[in-house]
Amino acid sequence: MGRTALIRVKPRRYKKGDIIRVDSVIMHPMYNGIIKDKKTGKPIPPHYITDVEVYYGDQLVTKINVNASVSANPYFSFNLKVDKEAPLKMVWKDNKGEVTEKTIKIKPH
Amino acid sequence: MNRRKFLKTVAISGAVVAVSPSLVNLKAEAKGEGLKKRSLEEAMKDVLKGKKPVESDKVKLIAPSIAENGAVVPIKVNVAEPIENVKAIHIFAEKNPDPWTVSVNLTPQNGKAYFATRIRLAKTMDVIAVAELKDGSMIMAKKAIKVTIGGCG
Repeated sequence: MGRTALIRVKPRRYKKGDIIRVDSVIMHPMYNGIIKDKKTGKPIPPHYITDVEVYYGDQLVTKINVNASVSANPYFSFNLKVDKEAPLKMVWKDNKGEVTEKTIKIKPH
Repeated sequence: MNRRKFLKTVAISGAVVAVSPSLVNLKAEAKGEGLKKRSLEEAMKDVLKGKKPVESDKVKLIAPSIAENGAVVPIKVNVAEPIENVKAIHIFAEKNPDPWTVSVNLTPQNGKAYFATRIRLAKTMDVIAVAELKDGSMIMAKKAIKVTIGGCG
């Protein structure tokens, strides 16, 4: 399942119908093919996240297309309208085919 | 004769095995080729499908005016339009090797047209946020960011 990822929701308590903020971070070097290895002096081959998908229940809520010029350990933040109790799943895909998934529960009070 | 044949087949299969992984590698590299070098006009044409964005107050781009470290520049975009009208948000960094940085496709389930991330900037430049509306028009906001240390290696 790959890399360490984190999803956090703000505020912590919310009701049905509220709009909450979802913050996400994944540990990834995001090599863009320009940065050089300090020991060998050769450029590090590109290795970066290209797609992020967010599912709320089974519905695809947000799709993020990413280029290599996003910072290392990419942080994405967006809003979500809570209208049901369902899992929120994020899927990160990188250009080498690595897939990382993380699911949290959305539970309106 | 048998031995000769055997050796031949071994040699051929060995060659095939040796070649195929390198082929696979080549394909993988072509898929994730890293940063393409292109100008802002070219990148905008590709991403926005030839449409020209118009500057508007409705798009709010929140970013520091001086970024000490170009490797991590926080960018926040707010669009003052109902979420049903906003289809996507694109972020461009004018003088990066590849100006296109990130695109977000939003749905009404998002509730509000908001997106935040952290990007790399090679040097002092303008950052542009473009909101793609449902009727196909594009609105944008621009902000100049001073970078003390570039973030592209």
